[in-house]
Amino acid sequence: MRAGAWAIAVALPLAFLLAFFAYPVAAILARGVVTDGHLDLGGFAEVLADPRTWRVVGHTLGQAALGTGLAVGLAIPGAYVLYRCTFPGRALVRGLVAVPFVLPSVVVGVAFRSLLAAGGPLGALGWDRSLVAVVAALVFFNYGLVVRVVGSVWERLDPRAEQAARTLGASPARAFATVTLPALAPAIASAAALVFLFCATAFAVVLVLGGQRYATVEVEIWLQTTQFLDLRTAAVLSVLQLVIVAATLVASGRLRTRRERSLALVEARRATAPLRLGARACAVDRVAVGVTALTVAALALPLGSMLVRSLRQDGRWTLEHYVALGSTGDRALTVTAWDAAAISLRTATDATVLALAVGVVLALVLSRRPRRRTGRRALGALDAAVMLPLGVSAVTVGFGFLIALDRPPLDLRSSLVLIPIAQAMVSIPLVVRTVLPVLRAIDPRLRQAAAMLGAGPGRVLWTVELPMALRSIGLAAGFAFAVSLGEFGATSFLARPDRPTLPVVIYRLLGRPGEGNYGMALAASVLLAVVVALVMTTAERLRPPHAGEW
Amino acid sequence: MSSSTVTSTSPSRRARVRRTLLPTAALAAVLSLTACSLVGGGGGASDEGGATADQTSDGATTADGEASAGTGASPSSITLVTHDSFALSEDVLASFTEQTGIEVTVVAPGDGGALVNQLVLTKDSPLGDVVFGVDTTFASRAMDEGVFAPYTSPALPASAEQYLLGDALTPVDVSDVCLNVDLAWYEENGQTPPASLEDLTQPEYAGQLVVTNPATSSPGLAFLLTTVAAFGGADGSSTAGDGSGWLSYWERLRDNDVLVVDGWSDAYYVDFSGGGGDGTRPVVLSYASSPPYTVGDDGEPTTAALLDTCFRQVEFAGVLTGAANPEGAQAFVDFLLSPAVQADVPGSMYVYPVDDTVALPDDWAQWAPLATTPFAVPADEIAANRSTWIDQWTQTVLD
Repeated sequence: MRAGAWAIAVALPLAFLLAFFAYPVAAILARGVVTDGHLDLGGFAEVLADPRTWRVVGHTLGQAALGTGLAVGLAIPGAYVLYRCTFPGRALVRGLVAVPFVLPSVVVGVAFRSLLAAGGPLGALGWDRSLVAVVAALVFFNYGLVVRVVGSVWERLDPRAEQAARTLGASPARAFATVTLPALAPAIASAAALVFLFCATAFAVVLVLGGQRYATVEVEIWLQTTQFLDLRTAAVLSVLQLVIVAATLVASGRLRTRRERSLALVEARRATAPLRLGARACAVDRVAVGVTALTVAALALPLGSMLVRSLRQDGRWTLEHYVALGSTGDRALTVTAWDAAAISLRTATDATVLALAVGVVLALVLSRRPRRRTGRRALGALDAAVMLPLGVSAVTVGFGFLIALDRPPLDLRSSLVLIPIAQAMVSIPLVVRTVLPVLRAIDPRLRQAAAMLGAGPGRVLWTVELPMALRSIGLAAGFAFAVSLGEFGATSFLARPDRPTLPVVIYRLLGRPGEGNYGMALAASVLLAVVVALVMTTAERLRPPHAGEW
Repeated sequence: MSSSTVTSTSPSRRARVRRTLLPTAALAAVLSLTACSLVGGGGGASDEGGATADQTSDGATTADGEASAGTGASPSSITLVTHDSFALSEDVLASFTEQTGIEVTVVAPGDGGALVNQLVLTKDSPLGDVVFGVDTTFASRAMDEGVFAPYTSPALPASAEQYLLGDALTPVDVSDVCLNVDLAWYEENGQTPPASLEDLTQPEYAGQLVVTNPATSSPGLAFLLTTVAAFGGADGSSTAGDGSGWLSYWERLRDNDVLVVDGWSDAYYVDFSGGGGDGTRPVVLSYASSPPYTVGDDGEPTTAALLDTCFRQVEFAGVLTGAANPEGAQAFVDFLLSPAVQADVPGSMYVYPVDDTVALPDDWAQWAPLATTPFAVPADEIAANRSTWIDQWTQTVLD
């Protein structure tokens, strides 16, 4: 494509990110560091000298590192079993592992604590309100994300390279370590960076499961902003959070680019094989299946406890909480839970369209390989910049919206369009990270061949690259939709009581007395889980008729 | 070479197309059923939503939507800014528009603390015209920042005068944050339930209490203030070891194995033995209005509030400085004090009317009396010491 077209492709998404992310965040940070019209950096010295700050930073890094390490370690066998092998019920299990990712953390907190608290089925372990509980919940949320991002590359990795290594005498483990793992490294690094950011900005789940003792930077920013209105401290902490996030992005970017190269991709149907567990199965397969079965069972426990309690009232089994979804509860709501579900779906549609429009264009731009070094540097910076919305506190963004978007032409504070925009901000990095590895893996020789045969750059994009990326775009759409369905942080600052989303309704119900309201909150959570599982399995099967053939 | 571009037309091609088209069609159907879009689709939930809120809520998405943001609104509409627990019966809210011709748009940007802090941040370009839901613990900060314009409602009932704060805030409802006990648990275990704050530091009640964190939960802060009012140290300094300061009370609670969790729902539904789950602790921090919701098959509640442990919270309404429609905002404040709204608040928001001539629902009248002598701390003292107290509490109880 001509330079002008690329300039527009860079400018439009950037303008969107600047207007709805950079500008609001800068505005709220400015309130914290500007006193009476001049810059006052005294807050930095104060906050950085406080030992509590460093304890909080330590918690953030420690919990995120543990959560990410465990999630990735468990998800690699999971990706193999769920994407490289076929077995009956695979779609169901894939749907199940996607559910935790979008459950509102309030619900997950209560579900976990129902298991772990004294008196719960796992109370004897003594894990209630401990680091173990926090890390377990972080893994619970993010396992499905890693499985999916890694699995979607793995299922199409040409098996012949590994087969060749085996033929040449390598053990299954050696063939995996020297052939498959290096090919998967960019996808793993992508997923790990995402998970690290999600863990480092986890908030409600840390508070509910660990308590203030394990407070992270995100928790402190929330406390300082919404409870104490100490914007000075909040600004310093937000800057610290940005530094942590930027360092993570640089590190994972290094790891990715060193490994990233075009991969031999084939149609998924050709790379997968039926799962064998009989006498002829190799040990590696057995271990992978064992680890995955245990992990999935552990994920299912809190979901199961949620399901069971949604079916109980006064010590007996009942469906009345599900019937109640058609009502406004014990006058706790302004609309029925079904209405809220419809509002959620509509908001999510808007957010998904926005996120795809911005994210896919950004991914295309980022997949270029400019010849000049300055060009490559600029792309590297852009690559990191699109991830920032994941690493900045929802409170900072939400409060930023309020003080930045308050004058025409951008007076959007009580407008409903702000909700999908805020949700799209969270999805855009996911879209980019899902689509980009596939675009970068496309063999440049395909593009060159098309160009040689006379196709213009636009035609190459349209007939070569987009069709190959379509499947990952479908997957990204599923992610974006699911994230938007489950988003609570930013939404809670923007939602209007007459148009609540499903997570807002769940949160409201949980805050009301009465076993009926509590049961209804859990029934609504089960509804949300089912919708999400359906969306994710559908998105995964979305495949345009021609896309498979390459 | 290895980058295999498979070009063979697979025999199962048609089957595959059908397999992939099905989910595509299903998704398309779902999307069209849901009108595809929040912003575009005007139908759906808005048909059933609050009649008054809807016409303006659709307007808010159009180009002239700024009208509902409080900057240049037409005199026939107001924007109510409130917290995320706000609720009134639909017909009650609709009656305001019927009586006055004023349309109401409701915005709820977060919980009580987030609400007040957002009001302070946006005072030069207010979020709306009228606010409901500023409570005792945040009121002073909002007033000191000049968020509210002076207004005293002529509709103020006599019983509300004791709660008046400055010349701008109108008390609308009250609630008591109290410890609740699980009567059924004590009966089963043959123990007498505790009755006072002091009882809970006794060894026989060790490991029985669950409360919420004052830094993250509003009842938690109310209970901290209860102990400040009950045991002294309101100036933040008298925490010396004479055994009377509020911090030393918390030390004794801590030594008696109090459990601190971060939110009310967590405490009530997970840890409290009377919340319907597997909880093991028979004393929980909740509200005076909670017991009626535990009425069992025998018509008696299984829990009770300890009325000597209560902190009274008052929720206020006020007209915002710089409101586009101050007259409409004042009319709404008056409306909140009308008998119709006052009678509606117990059912819709689980709080008590500030007007004591309004009858309570029967089960409340029977099972949920307010405390006769609740604890209180003056609003300006709370504002001055809030973060110090929370810090001291955190260091004593959590660290």
